[in-house]
Amino acid sequence: MANYSSNQFKNGMKVMIDGDPCSMVDVEFVKPGKGQAFTRVRLRNLLTGRIWERTFKSNESAESADVMDTDMEYLYNDGEMWHFMDPKTFEQVAADQNAVGDAAKWLKEQDKIVVTLWNNNPISVTPPNFVELEVVETDPGLKGDTAQGGSKPATLSTGAVVRVPLFIEQGEVLRIDTRTGEYVSRAN
Amino acid sequence: MQETGWRPSAPIENLRARGKVLAQIRRFFAQREVLEVETPVLSKCAVSDPFIDSLEVSFGFQPGVEDERLYLQTSPEYAMKRLLAAGSGDIYQMAKVFRNGESGRRHNPEFTMLEWYRLGFDDRQLMAEVEALIREVVPELQVRYLSYADLFEQELGLDPHRATLEQLQQRCREHLDAPFDDDDRDTWLNLLMSHVLEPRLKGAVFIHSYPASMAALAQVRKDAQGRQVAARFELFVDGVELANGYHELTDAAEQARRLNADQLQRAALGLPQRPLEQRLVQALEAGIPECAGVALGVDRLVMLALGVDSLEQVVSFMHERA
Repeated sequence: MANYSSNQFKNGMKVMIDGDPCSMVDVEFVKPGKGQAFTRVRLRNLLTGRIWERTFKSNESAESADVMDTDMEYLYNDGEMWHFMDPKTFEQVAADQNAVGDAAKWLKEQDKIVVTLWNNNPISVTPPNFVELEVVETDPGLKGDTAQGGSKPATLSTGAVVRVPLFIEQGEVLRIDTRTGEYVSRAN
Repeated sequence: MQETGWRPSAPIENLRARGKVLAQIRRFFAQREVLEVETPVLSKCAVSDPFIDSLEVSFGFQPGVEDERLYLQTSPEYAMKRLLAAGSGDIYQMAKVFRNGESGRRHNPEFTMLEWYRLGFDDRQLMAEVEALIREVVPELQVRYLSYADLFEQELGLDPHRATLEQLQQRCREHLDAPFDDDDRDTWLNLLMSHVLEPRLKGAVFIHSYPASMAALAQVRKDAQGRQVAARFELFVDGVELANGYHELTDAAEQARRLNADQLQRAALGLPQRPLEQRLVQALEAGIPECAGVALGVDRLVMLALGVDSLEQVVSFMHERA
């Protein structure tokens, strides 16, 4: 594995910190006019999701982490594991609850998902920014109320519950922003 | 896709504002009868400071053949002091300076430094003049003065002059994740300063009376509590370091000792050994007038005038576009 010295650190770089793979969220060069330089890095632990700041001296280094974001297709959930397939190699991987986390509620079969592999094991799953999901349960729509505000909860086919406008009916397909968990529009 | 790499980093209206600040600075010194000078950007000698790395330039009488290794200045300080010793009187200059490896939101490997020297001034008088200059550019700025020890005592309950290495290290680790080792007290003081205290410095604050170990080229004196302190100050504006000044060292033997100490520290840290500026020592031996001097980052001053927080807003072409 390669070693990166702290002056090579860049946003997005994946390194091993205290035995865990981490991603650099923000890298700042801190240099008092007199005195040695430091590199202050906001890190995200890719296993736990924890975000924190660590400061490195200029001669420190970090080992690169064998972390790869891979485009995969979501296949199914067997009750315990979520199964994904690389559409190019047809290789399959199974991710557990820890790796899938909150993304579970946005996973629709056959959707394209980014699976993050560390040493070829899935450690996290990122759904597309927008998904289209069917409403399986919500209060009946209010006729004529297409313009005013107001919202109600709706349960989607994956189990996710989102706030939707009052005019949305059961059976409709909605476009949802998975980063905020918010309703965007009806799907066309 | 349209190629945009040719474009300046900063918007043109910011560069107009920058031009005005440069004119204000020159007017300020003209009114005070301080002479504008220029000194070489390329020198046979490099800065001794272990934590400032000079860029090297190859000079030769034929292309590709090096006859002499030269160094881009990291500050015009050495040459300006040689002028002072030669009888120049009060002088200032705005010059490009170069620092290897320094690149970030508030750092660019080349930047514009304003440096000036005032005969008969001490650090307090010079701080007042720095304040006057800053007020020309940013009239509404509130300015405070605080000693390095008072800052540490007020914010951390720590005496920076007397705290042990272990105490400083422990205090650092309470505030930040910095698991490395370092047996230099100054490293931990610098960490506390840059990571914990600077972000708390709102408005313009002069921090003065630094620990003697950080004297650089400043005189050392005793403070009211009998502690050895450097006659050095720094100006921070909203946590950004803007200027660094000294009641200048005039003692040639002490100057020679500090250059050699820097060189030894460089060796211990595995840093390059470069020619020391012995002509500075000779100039002090010949006699340099009592004076105070300060360096101020012009790009950062323009940032302050425009209320922006990154250098690329005020520099025509940053490193990546140069």
